[in-house]
Amino acid sequence: MRHLLSAADLDLASAQSILDVAEEMQQVQSRPVKKLPALRGRTVVNIFFEDSTRTRTSFEIAGKWLSADTINVSAKGSSVSKGESLRDTMLTLDAMGVDAFVIRHPSSGAAQQVAGWVKAQVINAGDGQHEHPTQALLDAYSMRHHFRSIGSDGFAGKKIAIVGDLLHSRVVRSNVLLQRTLGGEVVLVAPPTLLPTGVETWGCPVTSDFDAAIADADIVMMLRVQRERMAGGFFPTEREYAEGYGLTEARLAAMKPGAAICHPGPMNRGVEISSAAADAANSLVLDQVAGGVAVRMSVLYHLLGSDEGAM
Amino acid sequence: MTTSNGSVLITGASLADGTRTDLYVSDGVLADPASAPAGVERIDADGLLALPGLVDLHTHLRQPGREDAETVASGTAAAARGGYTCVHAMANTDPVTDTAEAAEYVQALGERDGHCQVRVVGAVTKGLGGTELAELGLMAASSAGVRVFSDDGRCVDDSLMMRRALTYVKSFDGVVAQHSQDTRLAGPGACCHESEWSGRLGLPGWPSQAESVIVARDVQLAELTGSRLHVCHVSTAESVDVVRWAKARGIQVTAEATPHHLLLDTPLVSGYDTTFKVNPPLRTSEHLEAVRAALADGTIDIVGTDHAPHARQDKDHPFDVALPGMIGLEQALAVVMEVMVNSGRMDWPTLVERMATAPARIGRVAGQGRPLAVGEPANIVLVDPSARAVVDGAASASRARNNPYHGRDLPDPVVATIWNGRVTYRR
Amino acid sequence: MADPAPDTPTSGLSSRVVVDGPELARSLARMAHQILEANRGADDLVLLGIPTRGVFLARRLAALIAEIEGRPVRIGELDITMYRDDLRANPTRSVGRTAIPGRIDDAVVVLVDDVLFSGRTITAAIDALRDLGRPRAVRLAVLVDRGHRELPIAADHVGRTIQTAADERVQVRLSELDGDDAVTIGRTGGTR
Repeated sequence: MRHLLSAADLDLASAQSILDVAEEMQQVQSRPVKKLPALRGRTVVNIFFEDSTRTRTSFEIAGKWLSADTINVSAKGSSVSKGESLRDTMLTLDAMGVDAFVIRHPSSGAAQQVAGWVKAQVINAGDGQHEHPTQALLDAYSMRHHFRSIGSDGFAGKKIAIVGDLLHSRVVRSNVLLQRTLGGEVVLVAPPTLLPTGVETWGCPVTSDFDAAIADADIVMMLRVQRERMAGGFFPTEREYAEGYGLTEARLAAMKPGAAICHPGPMNRGVEISSAAADAANSLVLDQVAGGVAVRMSVLYHLLGSDEGAM
Repeated sequence: MTTSNGSVLITGASLADGTRTDLYVSDGVLADPASAPAGVERIDADGLLALPGLVDLHTHLRQPGREDAETVASGTAAAARGGYTCVHAMANTDPVTDTAEAAEYVQALGERDGHCQVRVVGAVTKGLGGTELAELGLMAASSAGVRVFSDDGRCVDDSLMMRRALTYVKSFDGVVAQHSQDTRLAGPGACCHESEWSGRLGLPGWPSQAESVIVARDVQLAELTGSRLHVCHVSTAESVDVVRWAKARGIQVTAEATPHHLLLDTPLVSGYDTTFKVNPPLRTSEHLEAVRAALADGTIDIVGTDHAPHARQDKDHPFDVALPGMIGLEQALAVVMEVMVNSGRMDWPTLVERMATAPARIGRVAGQGRPLAVGEPANIVLVDPSARAVVDGAASASRARNNPYHGRDLPDPVVATIWNGRVTYRR
Repeated sequence: MADPAPDTPTSGLSSRVVVDGPELARSLARMAHQILEANRGADDLVLLGIPTRGVFLARRLAALIAEIEGRPVRIGELDITMYRDDLRANPTRSVGRTAIPGRIDDAVVVLVDDVLFSGRTITAAIDALRDLGRPRAVRLAVLVDRGHRELPIAADHVGRTIQTAADERVQVRLSELDGDDAVTIGRTGGTR
């Protein structure tokens, strides 16, 4: 595999390999010397056309712990306002001898376009409303940990409810594609105005009834809902949203035993998730952050560890 | 580009109705072949069709303002290669064609640099701003003789402004050519037909109804005012239904289909190749079928290319940021042949009606779209109905390379184009 | 991406057994005694097996030492994949487990591997170890030393020294993985 642009790029073997190696990578976090030499001499440029402290930092740490030379480029709002095209921006950096770009862009498809232009390898760290494959991998990593902790292994038969602003979410698209490969059963829950067109072709049940979906979910994944969606007329008030689609204390209590909560962050406490749910014992939110570095180390290793790039 | 003002005798050509004939071009008009002198230059047109030169009602030539993307010279050279003898230069240049002086400037550029006739389209509103009428009457009365008015690229959103424009142009037999797009339903970010594809690709959707609701409003305003309305680039089944309804009521509405909305469908954008970003967006197959059927049965009157050249740097952006538009003059006839004629949906006389006669009539262009008969202006395209080729975008006469047909196997029909007796293109 | 386990015996047609099961057991027993003798007991001793077969050999040695000493010895696994100097030249390798039993600072670490050949694996292992702590001493125990060193590496404890040609393939078979205990030499496959 040369690039990681979409969760659909991963077959079962490579997805599992990334998760397995991430387990080993996570051990590095507890070592006295947090360093592996695997990517020594490789240059990884994190180019973020959109702010994301969390994702950028975890890619930066991941690259550094694998001994890659990691450079952060904040390109927010730069190229178009300067009249430079995305292609020129990327070709300029590519010409400096970069081995890989980790790219975050507010436009859907940007990572795929860049992969067609540059010589370097490309990892999609979130493109518009399209995909965020490493987030889906770290979600899967946290879920797998959780399943193992309750004495269950594998995704087969597990019900994963993804709840919230599906229309604008890149996380949901990558999770649907990755779980299709891993075998989890995704159920999509959203107000009708926040459902993507054609969601019925995604191969997952779709409902607006969160209470029905929560009853048999093994994982409840809450998506961030942005306040500006209210102005866009997608829902009337935060109160009404929370009532219908928030993980309230009542819904927290209705979760089945052994079920866990995910949230890709940052959370809007009191809107899509109550504080009680965010801080609940079965919340995987902080595990997701911790696993983020290990999963991104594993992704970097799989893409850049070998000149042949075979996977 | 070879051009000659001499006489030429075209021998053995078939007309659209199948009649075989010789055509003698002399002094810019068709003369009696029997009067051709013995040593006259000849074109052997055995096996070829001779059709009236094509007329495009919807062309972006980008001059003045974006000469790096296209000029009158390069755009009309592409037109000649595509078999066109007349194009209509859209008003969204820089500066906008919204005054008599601006119209006369473009007219003069056409007369100086054109490889075909250039008719000027005037803006409906000042600066395409949508709030004040442009100098419609002065443009009509100018030496450019403007008859088609359009804010194309933008929709005349305001119902009252649209009503006023329709009413105003009636006095000089003008037509308002509307870019039908409800800018709330299909906002500035909308760049993909709202469908399964927009949902998967995460691209902001442009529902087909954002077009048809404007068409529905406009045909009723045309009825209210008794004026002529032309609907640019009809791309949806719903718009076709509205136009069909309006025509049945006797409303003076004409409609246009682009070559790309006849052939290219939404899945082409799945690789985020901005060449396929166009407005209105490429639609799904059921819409393509509806547009094809409407073009065949006359609900849609004409093919307009919406030839929209862009410089590379304006396309090398993320999909939602890149400028919309694709070029089409050189392949328009090939696409219409492939989709409409070779498939049996349409015959050659109907193609002539849709690509020459009707556009000239809507644009009130005298001397274009005329039958190939003695005494008529010599505007001719010679067509090889069987030749095919793989399109090479790099070989275009256009300055732009946003050619969506690049690499596609299509008919390669145009053998020669003659405009007012001058050979403007010959293979 | 799965690395076709480089140690998997190919049961080559032309391979021959050079060490049989009982001989292998005797070699390991002798090595256990040598390790104890060199270390003057099992205090501070940590055995780290290098995957794949080094891990099983380390376990056997640990069991032998425990039997002799009457108390368990610390044992772990040290994956060296990330430290290989040929990492990039090969298809992406899956990563083995690294499991260190507590702190190794000031311990005497005995690296355990099946075959000592070029010395590159052991160099990588020393690099890996350096990122894990600072042992008081590092020793090397291998079941087979087949020669052809490319780096200045020598083993402290050797089960058997075997003369080989560079293109021969030495394989250690262990009952835990392969069903029986043996060392074979063959010409099938690549060098080892």
